[in-house]
Amino acid sequence: MRDRLIVAGQFLFTALVAAFLIVPAILSMLAGITVNYFRGIASGFTLQWVIQVWDLYSETIARSFLVAGAALLATLVIGVPAAYALIVRGGRLSRAVEEIITLPLAIPGLAIALALLLVYGGFSDFRRSWLFILAGHVIFTLPFMVRAVMAVLATIDVKTLDEGAASLGAGPWRRFRDVIVPNARPGILAGALSVVTLSLGEFNLTWMLHTPLTKTLPVGLADSYASMRLEVASAYTLVFFVMIIPLLVAMQLFADISSGSRSQA
Amino acid sequence: MPAFVSNSARLHLSRAGFARIALLPLALVATALFLLPMAKLVLVGATGDMGLAAYAAILLEPRYRASLISTVGLAAATTIAALAIATIAGLFLQRHRFPGRAVLIAMLTFPLAFPGVVVGFMIILLAGRQGLIGDLASRLTGEKIVFAYSIQGLFLGYLYFSIPRVILTIMAAVEKLDPALEEAARTLGAGPWAVHRDVIFPALGPAFVASGAIAFATAMGAFGTAFTLATNIDVLPMVIYTEFTLSANITMAAALSVGLGLVAWASLAFARSLSGGTVAAAG
Repeated sequence: MRDRLIVAGQFLFTALVAAFLIVPAILSMLAGITVNYFRGIASGFTLQWVIQVWDLYSETIARSFLVAGAALLATLVIGVPAAYALIVRGGRLSRAVEEIITLPLAIPGLAIALALLLVYGGFSDFRRSWLFILAGHVIFTLPFMVRAVMAVLATIDVKTLDEGAASLGAGPWRRFRDVIVPNARPGILAGALSVVTLSLGEFNLTWMLHTPLTKTLPVGLADSYASMRLEVASAYTLVFFVMIIPLLVAMQLFADISSGSRSQA
Repeated sequence: MPAFVSNSARLHLSRAGFARIALLPLALVATALFLLPMAKLVLVGATGDMGLAAYAAILLEPRYRASLISTVGLAAATTIAALAIATIAGLFLQRHRFPGRAVLIAMLTFPLAFPGVVVGFMIILLAGRQGLIGDLASRLTGEKIVFAYSIQGLFLGYLYFSIPRVILTIMAAVEKLDPALEEAARTLGAGPWAVHRDVIFPALGPAFVASGAIAFATAMGAFGTAFTLATNIDVLPMVIYTEFTLSANITMAAALSVGLGLVAWASLAFARSLSGGTVAAAG
Protein backbone atom coordinates (compact mmCIF):
# COMPACT_ATOMS: atom_id res chain seq x y z
CA MET A 1 0.00 0.00 0.00
CA ARG A 2 2.74 2.40 0.99
CA ASP A 3 4.73 1.50 -2.10
CA ARG A 4 1.75 2.13 -4.34
CA LEU A 5 1.30 5.54 -2.74
CA ILE A 6 4.93 6.38 -3.44
CA VAL A 7 4.61 5.29 -7.05
CA ALA A 8 1.40 7.31 -7.42
CA GLY A 9 3.18 10.32 -5.94
CA GLN A 10 6.07 9.92 -8.38
CA PHE A 11 3.65 9.68 -11.28
CA LEU A 12 1.80 12.79 -10.12
CA PHE A 13 5.08 14.68 -9.76
CA THR A 14 6.25 13.66 -13.24
CA ALA A 15 2.88 14.55 -14.76
CA LEU A 16 3.00 17.96 -13.04
CA VAL A 17 6.45 18.69 -14.47
CA ALA A 18 5.23 17.67 -17.93
CA ALA A 19 2.20 19.93 -17.47
CA PHE A 20 4.45 22.84 -16.51
CA LEU A 21 6.25 22.44 -19.83
CA ILE A 22 3.31 21.67 -22.08
CA VAL A 23 0.41 23.73 -20.71
CA PRO A 24 1.85 27.16 -21.64
CA ALA A 25 2.66 25.88 -25.14
CA ILE A 26 -0.96 24.76 -25.55
CA LEU A 27 -2.19 28.07 -24.09
CA SER A 28 -0.18 30.00 -26.64
CA MET A 29 -1.53 27.93 -29.50
CA LEU A 30 -5.08 28.48 -28.25
CA ALA A 31 -4.52 32.18 -27.65
CA GLY A 32 -3.31 32.55 -31.22
CA ILE A 33 -6.68 31.46 -32.60
CA THR A 34 -8.97 32.93 -29.93
CA VAL A 35 -10.98 36.09 -30.66
CA ASN A 36 -10.27 37.56 -27.24
CA TYR A 37 -7.93 35.69 -24.92
CA PHE A 38 -8.98 37.74 -21.90
CA ARG A 39 -12.55 36.59 -22.31
CA GLY A 40 -11.34 33.05 -23.05
CA ILE A 41 -12.18 30.55 -25.77
CA ALA A 42 -15.87 31.33 -25.19
CA SER A 43 -15.27 34.40 -27.35
CA GLY A 44 -14.81 32.04 -30.29
CA PHE A 45 -12.06 31.04 -32.67
CA THR A 46 -10.59 33.10 -35.47
CA LEU A 47 -7.74 33.12 -37.94
CA GLN A 48 -7.51 36.91 -37.97
CA TRP A 49 -4.41 36.96 -35.75
CA VAL A 50 -2.61 34.41 -37.90
CA ILE A 51 -3.45 36.48 -40.97
CA GLN A 52 -2.23 39.62 -39.23
CA VAL A 53 1.02 37.84 -38.38
CA TRP A 54 1.37 36.81 -41.98
CA ASP A 55 0.89 40.41 -43.15
CA LEU A 56 3.29 41.84 -40.57
CA TYR A 57 5.97 39.19 -40.34
CA SER A 58 5.95 36.88 -43.39
CA GLU A 59 9.23 38.47 -44.44
CA THR A 60 10.93 37.35 -41.20
CA ILE A 61 9.66 33.80 -41.73
CA ALA A 62 11.02 33.70 -45.28
CA ARG A 63 14.35 35.11 -44.10
CA SER A 64 14.63 32.51 -41.35
CA PHE A 65 14.20 29.75 -43.92
CA LEU A 66 16.76 31.42 -46.16
CA VAL A 67 19.31 31.65 -43.35
CA ALA A 68 18.60 28.08 -42.17
CA GLY A 69 18.92 26.71 -45.72
CA ALA A 70 22.15 28.59 -46.33
CA ALA A 71 23.52 27.52 -42.95
CA LEU A 72 22.69 23.91 -43.84
CA LEU A 73 24.47 24.21 -47.18
CA ALA A 74 27.51 25.83 -45.58
CA THR A 75 27.77 23.30 -42.76
CA LEU A 76 27.42 20.42 -45.26
CA VAL A 77 30.16 21.76 -47.53
CA ILE A 78 32.48 22.69 -44.67
CA GLY A 79 31.55 20.15 -42.03
CA VAL A 80 31.25 16.78 -43.80
CA PRO A 81 34.71 16.80 -45.44
CA ALA A 82 36.19 18.17 -42.23
CA ALA A 83 34.61 15.38 -40.15
CA TYR A 84 36.11 12.80 -42.53
CA ALA A 85 39.53 14.46 -42.37
CA LEU A 86 39.46 14.66 -38.57
CA ILE A 87 38.59 10.95 -38.33
CA VAL A 88 41.24 9.68 -40.78
CA ARG A 89 43.99 11.98 -39.49
CA GLY A 90 43.34 11.46 -35.79
CA GLY A 91 46.08 12.55 -33.42
CA ARG A 92 46.56 15.59 -31.26
CA LEU A 93 46.05 18.19 -33.98
CA SER A 94 42.66 16.75 -34.92
CA ARG A 95 41.57 16.76 -31.31
CA ALA A 96 42.68 20.38 -30.98
CA VAL A 97 40.70 21.34 -34.10
CA GLU A 98 37.62 19.53 -32.79
CA GLU A 99 38.07 21.30 -29.46
CA ILE A 100 38.23 24.73 -31.10
CA ILE A 101 35.21 24.28 -33.31
CA THR A 102 33.10 23.03 -30.37
CA LEU A 103 33.95 26.12 -28.32
CA PRO A 104 30.95 28.06 -29.71
CA LEU A 105 28.76 25.60 -27.81
CA ALA A 106 30.30 26.67 -24.51
CA ILE A 107 30.59 30.40 -25.15
CA PRO A 108 27.32 32.37 -24.89
CA GLY A 109 25.96 33.54 -28.24
CA LEU A 110 25.98 37.13 -27.07
CA ALA A 111 29.78 37.05 -26.71
CA ILE A 112 30.27 35.50 -30.15
CA ALA A 113 27.96 38.07 -31.74
CA LEU A 114 29.79 40.91 -30.03
CA ALA A 115 33.11 39.52 -31.26
CA LEU A 116 31.78 39.34 -34.83
CA LEU A 117 30.52 42.92 -34.57
CA LEU A 118 33.88 44.17 -33.36
CA VAL A 119 35.71 42.70 -36.36
CA TYR A 120 33.17 42.98 -39.17
CA GLY A 121 30.74 45.66 -37.95
CA GLY A 122 32.66 48.26 -39.95
CA PHE A 123 32.08 46.53 -43.30
CA SER A 124 28.69 48.14 -43.71
CA ASP A 125 27.51 46.19 -46.77
CA PHE A 126 28.23 42.90 -45.02
CA ARG A 127 26.86 44.22 -41.71
CA ARG A 128 23.57 45.21 -43.33
CA SER A 129 22.98 41.98 -45.24
CA TRP A 130 21.52 38.68 -44.06
CA LEU A 131 24.91 37.14 -44.70
CA PHE A 132 26.10 38.69 -41.44
CA ILE A 133 23.48 36.67 -39.57
CA LEU A 134 24.45 33.62 -41.62
CA ALA A 135 28.07 34.00 -40.45
CA GLY A 136 26.95 33.74 -36.83
CA HIS A 137 24.64 30.80 -37.53
CA VAL A 138 27.36 28.86 -39.37
CA ILE A 139 29.79 29.21 -36.45
CA PHE A 140 27.06 28.19 -34.00
CA THR A 141 25.71 25.18 -35.95
CA LEU A 142 28.92 23.84 -37.50
CA PRO A 143 29.95 21.77 -34.44
CA PHE A 144 26.61 19.93 -34.55
CA MET A 145 27.21 18.81 -38.13
CA VAL A 146 30.87 17.91 -37.60
CA ARG A 147 30.20 15.96 -34.42
CA ALA A 148 27.17 14.11 -35.79
CA VAL A 149 29.14 12.97 -38.85
CA MET A 150 32.22 12.12 -36.79
CA ALA A 151 30.10 10.04 -34.41
CA VAL A 152 28.85 7.88 -37.28
CA LEU A 153 32.24 7.61 -38.99
CA ALA A 154 33.81 6.57 -35.69
CA THR A 155 31.49 3.54 -35.50
CA ILE A 156 32.47 2.20 -38.93
CA ASP A 157 35.94 1.24 -40.06
CA VAL A 158 36.56 4.21 -42.32
CA LYS A 159 40.19 3.40 -42.98
CA THR A 160 39.52 -0.11 -44.22
CA LEU A 161 36.65 1.07 -46.40
CA ASP A 162 38.80 3.82 -47.77
CA GLU A 163 41.75 1.52 -48.46
CA GLY A 164 39.49 -1.05 -50.05
CA ALA A 165 38.14 1.54 -52.46
CA ALA A 166 41.65 2.82 -53.11
CA SER A 167 42.94 -0.66 -53.94
CA LEU A 168 40.21 -0.82 -56.58
CA GLY A 169 41.71 2.30 -58.08
CA ALA A 170 39.35 5.01 -56.84
CA GLY A 171 40.90 8.45 -56.34
CA PRO A 172 40.49 10.34 -53.06
CA TRP A 173 37.62 12.53 -54.24
CA ARG A 174 35.69 9.56 -55.66
CA ARG A 175 36.28 7.58 -52.47
CA PHE A 176 34.93 10.44 -50.43
CA ARG A 177 31.87 10.89 -52.64
CA ASP A 178 31.02 7.24 -53.32
CA VAL A 179 32.18 5.50 -50.15
CA ILE A 180 32.47 7.89 -47.23
CA VAL A 181 29.42 10.11 -47.78
CA PRO A 182 26.94 7.21 -48.28
CA ASN A 183 28.28 5.52 -45.15
CA ALA A 184 28.05 8.75 -43.15
CA ARG A 185 24.46 9.39 -44.23
CA PRO A 186 22.77 8.83 -40.83
CA GLY A 187 25.18 11.33 -39.26
CA ILE A 188 24.70 13.82 -42.06
CA LEU A 189 20.92 13.60 -41.69
CA ALA A 190 21.05 13.95 -37.91
CA GLY A 191 23.44 16.89 -38.24
CA ALA A 192 21.24 18.53 -40.88
CA LEU A 193 18.16 18.29 -38.68
CA SER A 194 20.05 19.88 -35.77
CA VAL A 195 21.45 22.66 -37.95
CA VAL A 196 18.08 23.63 -39.41
CA THR A 197 16.25 23.43 -36.06
CA LEU A 198 18.88 25.45 -34.23
CA SER A 199 19.17 28.05 -36.96
CA LEU A 200 15.40 28.58 -37.16
CA GLY A 201 15.25 29.19 -33.41
CA GLU A 202 18.51 31.10 -32.91
CA PHE A 203 18.01 34.35 -31.00
CA ASN A 204 21.02 35.18 -28.79
CA LEU A 205 23.38 35.79 -31.68
CA THR A 206 20.81 37.01 -34.14
CA TRP A 207 19.43 39.74 -31.92
CA MET A 208 22.86 41.39 -31.89
CA LEU A 209 23.59 40.76 -35.57
CA HIS A 210 20.28 41.80 -37.12
CA THR A 211 19.32 45.17 -38.54
CA PRO A 212 15.74 46.49 -38.93
CA LEU A 213 15.87 45.17 -42.49
CA THR A 214 17.26 41.72 -41.65
CA LYS A 215 14.90 40.48 -38.94
CA THR A 216 14.49 36.74 -38.57
CA LEU A 217 11.54 34.88 -37.04
CA PRO A 218 12.83 34.75 -33.44
CA VAL A 219 13.78 38.44 -33.66
CA GLY A 220 10.26 39.19 -34.86
CA LEU A 221 8.90 37.06 -32.00
CA ALA A 222 10.80 39.16 -29.43
CA ASP A 223 9.41 42.22 -31.18
CA SER A 224 5.83 40.99 -30.98
CA TYR A 225 6.19 39.93 -27.32
CA ALA A 226 7.22 43.47 -26.46
CA SER A 227 4.80 45.45 -28.58
CA MET A 228 1.85 43.40 -29.84
CA ARG A 229 -1.31 42.22 -28.15
CA LEU A 230 -1.15 38.77 -26.61
CA GLU A 231 -3.23 37.16 -29.38
CA VAL A 232 -0.89 38.34 -32.13
CA ALA A 233 2.20 37.30 -30.18
CA SER A 234 0.57 33.90 -29.62
CA ALA A 235 -0.40 33.49 -33.27
CA TYR A 236 3.20 34.25 -34.24
CA THR A 237 4.43 31.68 -31.71
CA LEU A 238 1.93 29.21 -33.19
CA VAL A 239 3.47 29.75 -36.63
CA PHE A 240 6.89 29.05 -35.12
CA PHE A 241 5.64 25.85 -33.47
CA VAL A 242 4.11 24.66 -36.73
CA MET A 243 7.52 25.11 -38.37
CA ILE A 244 9.62 23.59 -35.64
CA ILE A 245 7.53 20.65 -34.39
CA PRO A 246 7.87 18.48 -37.53
CA LEU A 247 11.64 18.93 -37.27
CA LEU A 248 11.60 17.94 -33.61
CA VAL A 249 9.49 14.87 -34.33
CA ALA A 250 11.82 13.88 -37.17
CA MET A 251 14.80 14.28 -34.84
CA GLN A 252 13.11 12.13 -32.19
CA LEU A 253 12.19 9.38 -34.65
CA PHE A 254 15.66 9.48 -36.07
CA ALA A 255 17.27 9.24 -32.65
CA ASP A 256 15.07 6.22 -31.88
CA ILE A 257 16.08 4.49 -35.10
CA SER A 258 19.78 5.11 -34.73
CA SER A 259 19.83 4.20 -31.05
CA GLY A 260 18.23 0.92 -32.02
CA SER A 261 20.98 0.11 -34.48
CA ARG A 262 23.85 1.28 -32.29
CA SER A 263 24.60 0.32 -28.74
CA GLN A 264 24.95 3.88 -27.49
CA ALA A 265 22.50 6.69 -28.15
CA MET B 1 55.43 -7.07 -52.72
CA PRO B 2 57.25 -3.85 -53.68
CA ALA B 3 54.28 -2.93 -55.87
CA PHE B 4 51.99 -3.28 -52.87
CA VAL B 5 54.23 -1.12 -50.67
CA SER B 6 54.46 1.67 -53.18
CA ASN B 7 50.73 1.49 -53.79
CA SER B 8 49.99 1.74 -50.09
CA ALA B 9 52.50 4.56 -49.68
CA ARG B 10 50.86 6.48 -52.51
CA LEU B 11 47.47 5.89 -50.95
CA HIS B 12 48.74 7.22 -47.66
CA LEU B 13 50.19 10.30 -49.24
CA SER B 14 47.12 11.07 -51.28
CA ARG B 15 44.86 10.54 -48.32
CA ALA B 16 46.92 12.89 -46.17
CA GLY B 17 46.81 15.42 -48.97
CA PHE B 18 43.08 15.02 -49.42
CA ALA B 19 42.49 15.29 -45.67
CA ARG B 20 44.40 18.54 -45.65
CA ILE B 21 42.27 19.93 -48.45
CA ALA B 22 39.10 18.67 -46.75
CA LEU B 23 40.05 20.53 -43.57
CA LEU B 24 40.86 23.79 -45.35
CA PRO B 25 37.34 25.29 -45.55
CA LEU B 26 36.78 24.55 -41.87
CA ALA B 27 40.11 26.10 -40.92
CA LEU B 28 39.39 29.25 -42.93
CA VAL B 29 35.85 29.70 -41.62
CA ALA B 30 36.74 28.96 -38.01
CA THR B 31 39.66 31.37 -38.14
CA ALA B 32 37.82 34.21 -39.87
CA LEU B 33 34.49 33.96 -38.08
CA PHE B 34 35.48 32.67 -34.66
CA LEU B 35 39.15 32.73 -33.65
CA LEU B 36 39.89 36.18 -35.02
CA PRO B 37 36.73 37.77 -33.57
CA MET B 38 37.27 36.12 -30.17
CA ALA B 39 40.88 37.35 -30.09
CA LYS B 40 39.64 40.84 -30.92
CA LEU B 41 37.02 40.59 -28.16
CA VAL B 42 39.69 39.76 -25.57
CA LEU B 43 41.88 42.57 -26.90
CA VAL B 44 39.11 45.18 -26.94
CA GLY B 45 38.30 44.31 -23.35
CA ALA B 46 41.90 44.98 -22.39
CA THR B 47 42.65 48.09 -24.42
CA GLY B 48 39.93 50.59 -23.52
CA ASP B 49 40.45 53.71 -21.41
CA MET B 50 40.74 51.50 -18.36
CA GLY B 51 43.23 49.05 -19.85
CA LEU B 52 43.29 45.70 -18.10
CA ALA B 53 41.32 47.30 -15.27
CA ALA B 54 38.17 46.60 -17.32
CA TYR B 55 38.57 42.92 -16.47
CA ALA B 56 39.20 43.73 -12.81
CA ALA B 57 36.06 45.91 -12.83
CA ILE B 58 33.92 42.77 -13.31
CA LEU B 59 34.81 41.89 -9.72
CA LEU B 60 35.53 45.33 -8.24
CA GLU B 61 32.73 47.51 -9.63
CA PRO B 62 29.71 46.86 -7.35
CA ARG B 63 27.16 46.87 -10.20
CA TYR B 64 29.02 44.26 -12.25
CA ARG B 65 29.92 42.20 -9.22
CA ALA B 66 26.30 42.15 -8.07
CA SER B 67 25.23 41.06 -11.54
CA LEU B 68 27.87 38.32 -11.64
CA ILE B 69 26.80 37.04 -8.23
CA SER B 70 23.09 37.03 -9.05
CA THR B 71 23.70 35.35 -12.42
CA VAL B 72 25.87 32.62 -10.88
CA GLY B 73 23.34 32.22 -8.06
CA LEU B 74 20.41 31.95 -10.45
CA ALA B 75 22.26 29.51 -12.69
CA ALA B 76 23.31 27.37 -9.70
CA ALA B 77 19.79 27.33 -8.24
CA THR B 78 18.37 26.40 -11.65
CA THR B 79 20.90 23.60 -12.03
CA ILE B 80 20.18 22.09 -8.61
CA ALA B 81 16.41 22.29 -9.06
CA ALA B 82 16.55 20.87 -12.58
CA LEU B 83 18.75 17.98 -11.41
CA ALA B 84 16.41 17.17 -8.52
CA ILE B 85 13.29 17.29 -10.69
CA ALA B 86 14.88 15.33 -13.53
CA THR B 87 16.15 12.64 -11.14
CA ILE B 88 12.74 12.01 -9.60
CA ALA B 89 10.98 12.02 -12.96
CA GLY B 90 13.78 10.14 -14.77
CA LEU B 91 13.95 7.35 -12.19
CA PHE B 92 10.18 6.98 -12.28
CA LEU B 93 9.96 6.94 -16.08
CA GLN B 94 12.73 4.36 -16.51
CA ARG B 95 11.45 2.01 -13.81
CA HIS B 96 7.79 1.83 -14.72
CA ARG B 97 6.08 0.89 -17.95
CA PHE B 98 2.57 2.27 -18.33
CA PRO B 99 0.31 3.54 -21.10
CA GLY B 100 1.12 7.13 -21.99
CA ARG B 101 4.74 6.85 -20.86
CA ALA B 102 6.08 7.72 -24.32
CA VAL B 103 3.80 10.76 -24.47
CA LEU B 104 5.02 11.91 -21.07
CA ILE B 105 8.65 11.59 -22.17
CA ALA B 106 7.89 13.47 -25.39
CA MET B 107 6.24 16.26 -23.36
CA LEU B 108 9.26 16.51 -21.07
CA THR B 109 11.78 16.79 -23.90
CA PHE B 110 9.74 18.73 -26.43
CA PRO B 111 10.82 22.27 -25.36
CA LEU B 112 14.45 21.36 -26.08
CA ALA B 113 14.52 23.43 -29.25
CA PHE B 114 12.57 26.43 -27.98
CA PRO B 115 14.52 29.67 -28.25
CA GLY B 116 14.91 31.63 -24.99
CA VAL B 117 12.45 34.28 -26.16
CA VAL B 118 9.71 31.69 -26.60
CA VAL B 119 10.47 30.29 -23.13
CA GLY B 120 10.04 33.82 -21.76
CA PHE B 121 6.66 34.04 -23.46
CA MET B 122 5.63 30.66 -21.98
CA ILE B 123 6.32 32.13 -18.53
CA ILE B 124 4.26 35.22 -19.37
CA LEU B 125 1.36 32.93 -20.32
CA LEU B 126 1.75 31.08 -17.02
CA ALA B 127 2.48 33.89 -14.60
CA GLY B 128 2.06 37.16 -16.50
CA ARG B 129 -0.70 39.76 -16.30
CA GLN B 130 -3.13 37.58 -18.26
CA GLY B 131 -1.48 34.38 -17.05
CA LEU B 132 -3.02 31.07 -16.05
CA ILE B 133 -1.72 31.09 -12.46
CA GLY B 134 -3.02 34.60 -11.78
CA ASP B 135 -6.35 33.67 -13.32
CA LEU B 136 -6.73 30.53 -11.20
CA ALA B 137 -5.59 32.34 -8.08
CA SER B 138 -8.05 35.19 -8.54
CA ARG B 139 -10.87 32.69 -8.98
CA LEU B 140 -9.87 30.76 -5.88
CA THR B 141 -8.79 33.50 -3.52
CA GLY B 142 -9.85 36.72 -5.22
CA GLU B 143 -6.24 37.79 -5.37
CA LYS B 144 -4.31 37.91 -8.63
CA ILE B 145 -0.74 36.57 -8.61
CA VAL B 146 1.66 37.97 -11.19
CA PHE B 147 5.32 37.02 -10.90
CA ALA B 148 6.54 36.49 -14.48
CA TYR B 149 8.59 39.67 -14.40
CA SER B 150 10.27 39.01 -11.03
CA ILE B 151 13.21 36.78 -10.11
CA GLN B 152 10.75 33.92 -9.49
CA GLY B 153 9.52 34.25 -13.05
CA LEU B 154 13.07 34.28 -14.37
CA PHE B 155 13.90 31.20 -12.29
CA LEU B 156 10.82 29.42 -13.65
CA GLY B 157 11.89 30.29 -17.20
CA TYR B 158 15.42 28.98 -16.63
CA LEU B 159 13.94 25.82 -15.15
CA TYR B 160 11.71 25.49 -18.21
CA PHE B 161 14.61 25.25 -20.63
CA SER B 162 16.88 23.29 -18.25
CA ILE B 163 14.60 20.34 -17.43
CA PRO B 164 14.51 18.88 -20.98
CA ARG B 165 18.30 19.22 -21.29
CA VAL B 166 18.95 17.41 -18.01
CA ILE B 167 16.27 14.74 -18.08
CA LEU B 168 17.54 12.98 -21.23
CA THR B 169 21.01 12.49 -19.74
CA ILE B 170 19.62 11.30 -16.40
CA MET B 171 17.26 8.83 -18.09
CA ALA B 172 20.09 7.41 -20.19
CA ALA B 173 22.19 6.99 -17.03
CA VAL B 174 19.34 5.33 -15.11
CA GLU B 175 18.96 2.83 -17.94
CA LYS B 176 22.62 1.81 -17.53
CA LEU B 177 22.38 1.24 -13.75
CA ASP B 178 23.17 -2.30 -12.69
CA PRO B 179 20.07 -3.71 -10.93
CA ALA B 180 22.24 -6.37 -9.27
CA LEU B 181 23.92 -3.72 -7.11
CA GLU B 182 20.59 -2.50 -5.74
CA GLU B 183 19.49 -6.06 -5.24
CA ALA B 184 22.66 -6.76 -3.26
CA ALA B 185 22.17 -3.67 -1.11
CA ARG B 186 18.58 -4.66 -0.38
CA THR B 187 19.59 -8.21 0.53
CA LEU B 188 22.08 -6.72 2.95
CA GLY B 189 19.18 -4.96 4.61
CA ALA B 190 19.39 -1.46 3.16
CA GLY B 191 16.10 0.47 3.10
CA PRO B 192 14.87 2.34 0.02
CA TRP B 193 16.49 5.62 1.08
CA ALA B 194 19.81 3.93 1.88
CA VAL B 195 19.76 2.21 -1.52
CA HIS B 196 19.25 5.57 -3.22
CA ARG B 197 21.88 7.36 -1.13
CA ASP B 198 24.58 4.69 -1.25
CA VAL B 199 23.99 2.94 -4.57
CA ILE B 200 21.82 4.82 -7.06
CA PHE B 201 22.93 8.44 -6.57
CA PRO B 202 26.67 7.64 -6.60
CA ALA B 203 26.18 5.62 -9.79
CA LEU B 204 24.36 8.58 -11.35
CA GLY B 205 27.20 10.92 -10.31
CA PRO B 206 28.81 11.31 -13.75
CA ALA B 207 25.40 12.06 -15.30
CA PHE B 208 24.72 14.68 -12.60
CA VAL B 209 28.06 16.36 -13.30
CA ALA B 210 27.69 16.27 -17.10
CA SER B 211 24.10 17.44 -17.34
CA GLY B 212 24.52 19.85 -14.42
CA ALA B 213 27.41 21.56 -16.20
CA ILE B 214 25.35 21.90 -19.37
CA ALA B 215 22.43 23.34 -17.42
CA PHE B 216 24.70 25.76 -15.57
CA ALA B 217 26.55 26.96 -18.69
CA THR B 218 23.29 27.40 -20.61
CA ALA B 219 21.71 29.33 -17.74
CA MET B 220 24.77 31.58 -17.43
CA GLY B 221 24.57 32.60 -21.07
CA ALA B 222 20.78 32.68 -21.43
CA PHE B 223 19.71 35.98 -22.93
CA GLY B 224 16.38 35.54 -24.73
CA THR B 225 14.36 34.58 -21.64
CA ALA B 226 15.61 37.51 -19.56
CA PHE B 227 15.10 39.78 -22.56
CA THR B 228 11.45 38.78 -23.02
CA LEU B 229 10.62 38.97 -19.33
CA ALA B 230 12.47 42.32 -19.10
CA THR B 231 12.91 41.88 -15.37
CA ASN B 232 14.65 44.40 -13.15
CA ILE B 233 17.16 41.68 -12.19
CA ASP B 234 20.34 42.36 -14.11
CA VAL B 235 21.63 39.01 -15.29
CA LEU B 236 25.05 39.26 -16.90
CA PRO B 237 23.91 38.85 -20.54
CA MET B 238 21.42 41.70 -20.06
CA VAL B 239 24.16 43.91 -18.56
CA ILE B 240 26.40 43.16 -21.55
CA TYR B 241 23.57 44.02 -23.89
CA THR B 242 22.78 47.34 -22.21
CA GLU B 243 26.46 48.27 -21.91
CA PHE B 244 26.87 47.68 -25.62
CA THR B 245 23.69 49.20 -27.02
CA LEU B 246 22.55 51.84 -24.54
CA SER B 247 25.79 53.00 -22.93
CA ALA B 248 28.00 52.25 -25.97
CA ASN B 249 30.58 51.07 -23.43
CA ILE B 250 32.15 48.62 -25.82
CA THR B 251 35.21 47.93 -23.69
CA MET B 252 33.17 46.89 -20.70
CA ALA B 253 30.76 44.86 -22.86
CA ALA B 254 33.74 43.00 -24.32
CA ALA B 255 35.36 42.43 -20.92
CA LEU B 256 32.10 41.16 -19.43
CA SER B 257 31.54 38.87 -22.44
CA VAL B 258 34.98 37.36 -22.00
CA GLY B 259 34.28 36.87 -18.29
CA LEU B 260 30.91 35.25 -19.01
CA GLY B 261 32.43 33.03 -21.71
CA LEU B 262 35.17 31.92 -19.33
CA VAL B 263 32.73 30.96 -16.56
CA ALA B 264 30.52 28.99 -18.97
CA TRP B 265 33.48 27.30 -20.64
CA ALA B 266 35.17 26.52 -17.31
CA SER B 267 32.09 24.77 -15.94
CA LEU B 268 31.94 22.52 -19.00
CA ALA B 269 35.69 21.88 -18.94
CA PHE B 270 35.48 21.04 -15.25
CA ALA B 271 32.68 18.56 -15.88
CA ARG B 272 34.62 16.99 -18.69
CA SER B 273 37.76 16.60 -16.62
CA LEU B 274 35.67 14.73 -14.04
CA SER B 275 33.62 12.56 -16.35
CA GLY B 276 36.01 12.16 -19.26
CA GLY B 277 33.23 12.32 -21.83
CA THR B 278 32.32 15.12 -24.17
CA VAL B 279 30.14 17.76 -22.62
CA ALA B 280 28.71 20.70 -24.48
CA ALA B 281 25.97 23.21 -23.96
CA ALA B 282 23.61 24.12 -26.75
CA GLY B 283 21.12 26.82 -27.41
